[in-house]
Amino acid sequence: MTAATVTRPTLIDGLVAVVKRDCPTCELVAPVLADLAGRLAGTGRTLTVYTQDDPEFPAGVGALDDLDLDVSYRLEIETVPTLLHIEAGAESARIVGWSRDEWRAFTGCDDLGEDLPEYRPGCGSLTLDPSRADELTVRFQGSTLRSRRVTLAALEDEMEALFDRGWTDGLPVVPPTPVRVLRMLEGTARAPDEVVAVVPPDLVECTVEKVAINAVLAGCRPEYLPVVLAAVEAACTDGFNMHGLLATTYFSGPVVMVNGPITRAIGMNSGINALGQGNRANATIGRALQLTVRNVGGGVPGGVDRATLGNPGKYTFCFAEDEVGSPWESLSVERGFGPDASTVTLFAGEGPRGVVDQLSRTPESLARSLALGLRAIAHPKLALAFDGVLVVSPEHARVFREAGWTKARLRQEFDELLALDGTELARDAGGITEGMPEFLSGTTVPKFRDGGLLIVHAGGGAGLFSSIIGGWVSGSSGSQPTTLEIRP
Amino acid sequence: MTARSAPVPETVVLDPTAERKPAQRQLLKRPGSLDGATIGLLDISKARGDVFLDRLEEQLVARGLRVERFRKPTFTKPAPIDLRHEISTKCDVVIEALAD
Repeated sequence: MTAATVTRPTLIDGLVAVVKRDCPTCELVAPVLADLAGRLAGTGRTLTVYTQDDPEFPAGVGALDDLDLDVSYRLEIETVPTLLHIEAGAESARIVGWSRDEWRAFTGCDDLGEDLPEYRPGCGSLTLDPSRADELTVRFQGSTLRSRRVTLAALEDEMEALFDRGWTDGLPVVPPTPVRVLRMLEGTARAPDEVVAVVPPDLVECTVEKVAINAVLAGCRPEYLPVVLAAVEAACTDGFNMHGLLATTYFSGPVVMVNGPITRAIGMNSGINALGQGNRANATIGRALQLTVRNVGGGVPGGVDRATLGNPGKYTFCFAEDEVGSPWESLSVERGFGPDASTVTLFAGEGPRGVVDQLSRTPESLARSLALGLRAIAHPKLALAFDGVLVVSPEHARVFREAGWTKARLRQEFDELLALDGTELARDAGGITEGMPEFLSGTTVPKFRDGGLLIVHAGGGAGLFSSIIGGWVSGSSGSQPTTLEIRP
Repeated sequence: MTARSAPVPETVVLDPTAERKPAQRQLLKRPGSLDGATIGLLDISKARGDVFLDRLEEQLVARGLRVERFRKPTFTKPAPIDLRHEISTKCDVVIEALAD
């Protein structure tokens, strides 16, 4: 969203200048403007001068007061002086600063500004002054916002007021003032009223603006917004099934894995403590998704969210894959996107658990360790119903890299290692009632359905540990891992 | 010339929800009956407010209702947060005496 959406003012045909006294170049050209006004008098051509800070300036040209910066803002003036040609009420050309040759050509006066230096750059327009810019943005673009304005009582503490209204996840949120929301919307080229998704459980059409408000609450910077928008869109697809994921008694919540150049552009963490706290982009993108589901969709713990225990990742669970240091193609490429695409992949996951293997130096041995960990997702005797994400750390990845194992080779090994004996999985087998149906006894049962194991590379450079994020009910009866390209 | 204090600035925020509920916080519904309810009587520390509340207490207790008494340290300020919390956890309804 830009100032281009703002209506242009109607101007008098001829020349229009915008100046301010607090600009040495404007002071310099003040006599030139007076000279021009004199020359044009009686010719039928006009010079209109707008002054941003002092109605008396420049003397002798009958300057019009633009102290409220209305004209300057709507003309998108960035530099003073700016000189414009107006034809039929609309701008046809403009020049900025002082350049004798330019001004002469622009005005058709070949001897203009004889005594002035050849060139002086202009100064910043007051419309860009940090102390004015926010107020102008709200004044001119605030009306594009459709959301209800809520006035907090003068004696209410802002933070407490937002808790009281039920808009937070239990941690403080940033008050979504119009100026903050407008600033957030600068992070996307999408229109504020564009519908991003229909958000469960209340199945509410959610606009870019509503996502932006929740991104402000979550603490996002504007450049994170495209990732949040893609995450919301992916979460609300039929395949991902945010409704079921929310309503389940299971631990899981949406895990956001981000790939591509945007992860580096916005400073996401894929290294030390990638799954932990401390990185603003990781923390707030995942949180913005959760707050959108809570606030727009109405998904509140104890309401439609029926989790028995939940997991701390339901505040936020978002990280980037370390693609640069990975021995393998990224998750995104594996899922059919180009290496330069930026994507989000949503996974219905529980909290991460660690797999320790500090001794294996062969890929075979390490794969067996990791497979044992993967087998334990949900329950070692349950198969097919739960997907998983394996987050391979750099030190574990090195073992595979040095042995020349591709990701496909590792997957092949896992397929073999995780082809389980149905007899061992059967209910009551091993003295454990939980298990798979009896009819699978005597057959081989894969732990994961096709496509049910996602492998990514992330983490700090030291530590022979990897991590496993167990899934929720997989596939069409539960959740399908969902990847979407991030659009600007 | 009359001195006027500067107005306290208000904050306007945009509603992050689907806007299905009123923007202003709603009062709880009045209970249909006081049977079994604990009634808080809040004295705001204005003169003779206690006289009024004493009489109310007599009448409520005579009806077999349970009464808890509270007192604000001063009528000039909102009730301290601990007091509000205590009232909200102990009582089902509260009667505040605005005396003058």
